[in-house]
Amino acid sequence: MTLDLRMAWRNLWRHKRRTWLTATAMIFSNVLLIFMISLQLGSYDMMINNTLQAFSGHLQVQHDGYNHNPKLRTSIPSVLALAEQVRQALPGAGVTARAAAFALASSELRSVGIQVIGVQPDHEPRVSTLPGLVQEGRFLQDPDAAEIVIGGVLARNLKVTTGDELTLLGSGRDGSFAAGVVTVVGIFNSSSVDMDRSLAEIPLGYFQDTFAMEGHGNSIAISTDNLEQIPAASGRVNNIIAGQDALVLLDWTALHPGLQQAIKADFSSAWFMYGVLIILVAFSVLNTQLMSVLERTREFGVITALGIKPSRLASLVMLETALMAAIGLAIGVLLGALVALYFNAAGFSYPGMDEMAVRFNLPASIYPSVSVISLLLGPAVVFLFCLLASIYPALRLFRLRPVEAMRAV
Amino acid sequence: MAEIKCVELCKDYQQGDAVIKALDHVTIDIEQGSFLCLSGPSGSGKTTLLNMIGGLDELDSGQISIDGERVDLLGKGPLADLRLHHIGFVFQAYNLIPVLTAQENVEFVMQVQGVPAKERKKKALDILREVGLEGMEHRRPAELSGGQQQRVAVARAIVSQPKLVLADEPTANLDSVSATHLMELFCALNSTHGVTFLIATHDERVMRYAKRLIKMQDGKIIEDREQEPS
Repeated sequence: MTLDLRMAWRNLWRHKRRTWLTATAMIFSNVLLIFMISLQLGSYDMMINNTLQAFSGHLQVQHDGYNHNPKLRTSIPSVLALAEQVRQALPGAGVTARAAAFALASSELRSVGIQVIGVQPDHEPRVSTLPGLVQEGRFLQDPDAAEIVIGGVLARNLKVTTGDELTLLGSGRDGSFAAGVVTVVGIFNSSSVDMDRSLAEIPLGYFQDTFAMEGHGNSIAISTDNLEQIPAASGRVNNIIAGQDALVLLDWTALHPGLQQAIKADFSSAWFMYGVLIILVAFSVLNTQLMSVLERTREFGVITALGIKPSRLASLVMLETALMAAIGLAIGVLLGALVALYFNAAGFSYPGMDEMAVRFNLPASIYPSVSVISLLLGPAVVFLFCLLASIYPALRLFRLRPVEAMRAV
Repeated sequence: MAEIKCVELCKDYQQGDAVIKALDHVTIDIEQGSFLCLSGPSGSGKTTLLNMIGGLDELDSGQISIDGERVDLLGKGPLADLRLHHIGFVFQAYNLIPVLTAQENVEFVMQVQGVPAKERKKKALDILREVGLEGMEHRRPAELSGGQQQRVAVARAIVSQPKLVLADEPTANLDSVSATHLMELFCALNSTHGVTFLIATHDERVMRYAKRLIKMQDGKIIEDREQEPS
């Protein structure tokens, strides 16, 4: 250990209580930041997964341009075969082919414009939570049956229930007139009014027949177990579609740009609150180090009289701050990691979260995300601000005049 | 070795409305290897003269040169280098760094000078032995008596073999035995290493060791004489 380091370390403990008070403020803020950031990142993961698992999936293969301008004709040929190929390349993932069209749905009493999605009944539950939200009747089973699952609000608007028939009228992929009669087999309640009012799912085989798709579909939705698997899955799927220039693979940020923006906005506003906490800690460090410098004026005067330059003393003060901040960082990260790991295993839930979870078919707890970023981002910023806070006391040493300083009491 | 020339040194201090003349046109030449005592009552200007020669304070007017180099014209950085490499200071109140042991206090200046760790340690232990502090190297200042602390301060001042040692009332807080040991140590260093000593004191015991005695009063030199040390 160099003499400077020894000196800085021992100087810290000249006022144990003061040092510990300041270090405790750092430890507390570090623990709080680690927990809050972990919880925040965990809730983002949950928010993203829940949003993606509700319908879109983490990745989608589409025809280029379909995402911005969805048209029935902007389609993927031999969609079932391609979906099967993707399924084999991603054994752990959920993969389902889909097609989508707008149609007029008519019951005996009412007619409503809706979006009809053709889905693979046996694969759709692995990608979307919608099949699990069917509260009346059942989800689709036969890939070619004339069946339909509709939202609760749509059922009320059309005044239908399970077992009733609906007539679908629309336009086929080739421009022909598309019409079919389907039986309502299930009614879902997603708690999203938009989805419940305007979305309906029918088997993909029946959709392709009705809308003259000739084996085409509009997308292949892929759901991975978590967000970390997306890059690897993307690589494999891109290899599969590499020869087909018209096809593109879109990840969730392209499918849900608003979601990413919402997360960024939330993260920014949270950092405003964290910033207040960090600045309070930085002021505490500023106060401690300023007092420490002022009460050692005589000592610093002697040292400068011996020929030591103020820059060396300033770096000593910075080193003392760095050591104190390192104590705060080490203990803070350790305790913060323990807290975050505990809730990562046990889950964290707010009052009333259970009811919401049941209603939205979501997990009842948030699981804080424990990663290098969640553990070190906050403490690193605290460390940096503590160092910045010690600049002012350190700069005061450059104004020190040895004779005057040595007269200080 | 250091030859010091002071020409027409003037320094005033403001104390309330009054102006105190700390140095009033002081001119002295100090030869290499001198052992000189500055004496006089408090406020006579002894400490101010030492501070000026050591580059710790700024002159109002006049010139100071050490070995031909104008100290009064040096900036803060070169002045710090001059003090670090060529001048040793011994203060009345010892002024050791409280968190460092005796050995570390002595090593501290050498570390800043860039002396390698091994050499630094050897020199520190040797000098502490020379000033009679063998076995106390690892004690902190609070664990040493006043005399022992002053000997550490002397060891720190002379370990790098400076050309000049400036000592301000070095025996003021010492008992007579410690004071005698300290002065004998100064004399030995002066005679064996040729270090120039400039000591501000009003201690008669110290003055007896001086080869040259300068008396000051109200910022002026009122007597300057050679003497036979006793």
